[in-house]
Amino acid sequence: MKKLMMTFLAILALIAALLLLEWGLTASRAQHSSQKGDTLTFYNWGDYIDPSILTDFEKTSGYKVDYQTFDSNEAMYTKIQQGGTNYDLAVPSDYMVAKMKKAGLLAKLDKSKLTGMDNLNKQFLNQSFDRGNHYSVPYFWGTLGILYNRQKVNGADLKSWSALWSERYKNRVLLVDSARDILGMTLLSQGKSVNDQNKADLAAAQGKLSSLMPNVKAIVGDELKLYMAQGEGDLAVTYSGEAKNAIEKNGDLAYTVPEDGSNLWLDNLVIPKSAKHKQAAYALINYLNRPDVAAKNAQYIGYATANRAAYEKLPKNVQNDRAFYPKQSVLDKLQVYQNFDQYWTQKYNDAFLEFKLGKS
Amino acid sequence: MNKTKKRFTEAYLGIYGLWLLAFVVAPLLLLLVQSLNLPGQGFSFDNYRDFFTSGPYLAMTVNSIWYAFLITLITLAISYPLALCLTQLKHRQLWLLLVILPTWINLLLKTYAFIGLLGKGGLLNQSLSAMGFGTSQLLFTNGAFLLVAAYIELPFMVLPIYNALLDIDPLLPAASRDLGASSFQTLKKVVWPLSMPGVKTGVQTVFIPSLSLFMITRLIGGNKVITLGTAIEEHFLVTQNWSFGSTIGVVLIIAMALTMALTTDRKKKKGGGRK
Repeated sequence: MKKLMMTFLAILALIAALLLLEWGLTASRAQHSSQKGDTLTFYNWGDYIDPSILTDFEKTSGYKVDYQTFDSNEAMYTKIQQGGTNYDLAVPSDYMVAKMKKAGLLAKLDKSKLTGMDNLNKQFLNQSFDRGNHYSVPYFWGTLGILYNRQKVNGADLKSWSALWSERYKNRVLLVDSARDILGMTLLSQGKSVNDQNKADLAAAQGKLSSLMPNVKAIVGDELKLYMAQGEGDLAVTYSGEAKNAIEKNGDLAYTVPEDGSNLWLDNLVIPKSAKHKQAAYALINYLNRPDVAAKNAQYIGYATANRAAYEKLPKNVQNDRAFYPKQSVLDKLQVYQNFDQYWTQKYNDAFLEFKLGKS
Repeated sequence: MNKTKKRFTEAYLGIYGLWLLAFVVAPLLLLLVQSLNLPGQGFSFDNYRDFFTSGPYLAMTVNSIWYAFLITLITLAISYPLALCLTQLKHRQLWLLLVILPTWINLLLKTYAFIGLLGKGGLLNQSLSAMGFGTSQLLFTNGAFLLVAAYIELPFMVLPIYNALLDIDPLLPAASRDLGASSFQTLKKVVWPLSMPGVKTGVQTVFIPSLSLFMITRLIGGNKVITLGTAIEEHFLVTQNWSFGSTIGVVLIIAMALTMALTTDRKKKKGGGRK
């Protein structure tokens, strides 16, 4: 009993010592950064900004940045909706901007306080989820496509989504675990829209999708890039950003966007209504809009930047990488996801669930 | 003296009761209310009707129970002989520590380690091809899923059985042998019945969490094994239909309560099953 008590006391003492150390470190760091006292809470995807940009911003602007991360749009939505923490800047994807706007979670942007908007590529402004960009500023964009192993698969065979159904790829395809994306690409292969809201079309897509099962090796999440880099699958349906990471790990991999069209996703900077430091949030948006900063950021993350002026500053080999900056004819065929209501979200997810349950 | 002691006990029970109320009873009630409260429609049993009339959800329920049953069976088959051996060993505390050690490591890390082991270029496949068998697909198979799940649950089965076996008076098996029973008869008629409380606790601590596994189904099973845990995760994170997610949660809790009721001795409480 005495020994047990001593152990408990030792644990408590250790915790107290660690807390003291942590407090000391934060205090000394706070002294180092000269500041106006305003701390901007930036709610972003994990590893979705060059950390040195934040440090530079802290130095030049005097604001301090508290960088917090989320791993799904839905998780971010829930957190902002529930309140608790006041986030000053968040980065939702396209359909989520529409959803947050509808739920009244976003503050209307004061255009007079924004600078550098001319630097942005017109292609990514004025999108269906936020006409006139009253609430959002595009950050990075990308596509849904096919990541494949050049040693095993001929990229020229992947001109259309339907190629995935080929018997050659039996038990070789990995799919990203996302109802919207997988049903979306099936709809595209049938010449329909990714935003199709027609029961017959969805049923037809589900029917076609179920015949893909023999080719499907696994349906996975973020691990997909790891599995592809390890050679676990020869083809995978995934996003360009994830593909980029996988290609960095394994040079045999390549990424392509089928010519029958695809999804265009856009991540955007928004200011939540509950933001406490709007001034600081505008300052950071404007900073990120600067061509030199945006170009540096794009180099670090490797995603396609929505900043036209920054794109022109990128090295030629990046600019000409057709997998990540597709040619205009492909760009014209990309479709942005519209936000679905509860009914259609459920419909798509139920269809996908039934597909997953279907035994191969 | 006695009075203060009694008061102390009452205060202690009161705090404990409040704790239970706030962190066990209240969340369960919230879950139940949530499952009956449809967004925009108010109180309704629709979720439950939908659940029990939908093919996919029933299939997932069957899957969950079937896989949880298999995982429990496999761990029991491995754990009982293992626990029996452990009680016979000299340095049993050390050996027991080795069994418990993996529980110190985060579940996700262990699962990722298995990705490395079972992968195409993984250790297992390398050894197989070195022995001339050639590589085979191990990841994303039902076998791999069962292996990893059973591995993770193993310590929770071994511990209660080990404790129950240790509690058995060594004179009883000795007497059984004296009276002419064979080793097998002793095991079957004396040791096994006496270790039952440990086995039951083990079954509970393995079967119940196995019902709602979801991470391993995706990472190792590649979503080729779909259980109710997957569906709950999806309803809370993707479709944001918390109401239906709660319904599945309630169904699972009922299934767990049933398991508890079936595996708990009602006649008399025995001292077994300590962890």
